Amino acid sequence: MDYHWDWLFFFRETDDGLKYYDWILSGLGWTTLVSLASLALALALGSALGVMRTTPKRWLVAIGDAYVDVFRNIPLIVQLFMWFFVVPELVPDRLGMWMKQDLPYVVIAVVGLGLYTAARIAEQVKAGINSLSRGQRNAGLALGLTEWQTYRHVRLPMAYRIVLPAMTSEAMNIFKNSAVTYAVGILELYFQYKQIIEKTSQVLEITIVVTLAYFALAFLMNRLLAFIERRTRVPGLIVGGKGSN
Amino acid sequence: MSDFDFSVILENWGFLAQGLRYTVQVTITAMLGGILIGTVLALMRLSSLPPLQWFAAGYVNIFRSVPLVQVILAFYLILPMVLQMITGKQMPIGAANSAYFTFTVFEAAYYSEIMRSGIQSVPRGQVAAGYAMGFTYGQTMRLVVLPQAFRNMLPVLLTQTIILFQDVSLVYAIGATDFFGAADKITQRDLRPVEMYTTVAVVYFVICFTLSRLVKLLQSRIAIIR
Repeated sequence: MDYHWDWLFFFRETDDGLKYYDWILSGLGWTTLVSLASLALALALGSALGVMRTTPKRWLVAIGDAYVDVFRNIPLIVQLFMWFFVVPELVPDRLGMWMKQDLPYVVIAVVGLGLYTAARIAEQVKAGINSLSRGQRNAGLALGLTEWQTYRHVRLPMAYRIVLPAMTSEAMNIFKNSAVTYAVGILELYFQYKQIIEKTSQVLEITIVVTLAYFALAFLMNRLLAFIERRTRVPGLIVGGKGSN
Repeated sequence: MSDFDFSVILENWGFLAQGLRYTVQVTITAMLGGILIGTVLALMRLSSLPPLQWFAAGYVNIFRSVPLVQVILAFYLILPMVLQMITGKQMPIGAANSAYFTFTVFEAAYYSEIMRSGIQSVPRGQVAAGYAMGFTYGQTMRLVVLPQAFRNMLPVLLTQTIILFQDVSLVYAIGATDFFGAADKITQRDLRPVEMYTTVAVVYFVICFTLSRLVKLLQSRIAIIR
């Protein structure tokens, strides 16, 4: 194969006076930012939805179920395009103009990725709560706690610990899913990957480097959550099965 | 919302349907090929030969930690180079064709993890019983273990296929005309993003929602085993 290997191209100058490795670093930064912000949104909303789906109130369950059905059955890229190109046309004119002109792209991208991921988190939170024995809730109520307090003090602390391994893989997935936001103009790692290929044609080198970068991000997230898992472990209780060490 | 124009959808339905057909073709190809390769990988992973274990583990871990869009683009560019190296001729294969290969190879990593847990869900006694009957390794796997593993994992395999069906939309990265790609190209021409993207979202929702309900139904039907 007459492929011309050139590992040093990363240190060459680009059109805008930077070096190619600067592009990669900046992409890495955006990937991290979009992923972490989306994850925070997804955790908050997903937890609320997951709790709603386990309450005795039927209408809350119905809303939570409907949300999960909608957001899990439409591809991420289509959801992002809906947020960017369809929603601004459907809302009142002034709000639509503001979304199109003043609202930073990255905010819409984070909302899109966050709401998409929230459906997956909601599934896990629900599964975690349902895996607890019914006696936990009953004991809480018998002690005079309100329904909400049984969640806050009894059920959620256990449920989160149980689903932490599953959450870990979701948190690792979000870095990969964030690559799709390139399609709506976020200059994250995959966008830079594509751009560098167009400029240099050094496909193999850049593929190896970007693959390693995604590897590293997922690995760091995995370590972080494994650390949290260890720190929050309840002594004497074996929860979460095999875990992710 | 006032000027939602249904005629745009009707006029372009032929092109959209063509895109949807491509999406379904890639999904089915990658499902069959992916499950086949995935099963082989799972057997390698569970074999007693370390090199086979390493190969399977490496394969699965690499593909599971890379974004699919990146793999789609990388394979689209690298595949022709590899083919040229093998055959010595220029072989432009095109975006639409390279996606069949990419999805099969990529999904195999995910199907293999499902098959691995399926195989592990079969009690050890079954394997021992197979050997006691005088079966070879191949016979034990083919006649005893894999049919049960496959049956236990059928709902999960189908759920993964629904995800795959949605993921085909990422061929957008190389400009292939799948269902979403078709809608996007019409949007570029007619400037009707609301009608086009909404249609894609609704059709995807209806198909995936229906399929996932059917999988749930199937799950309760076959859950009786053991």
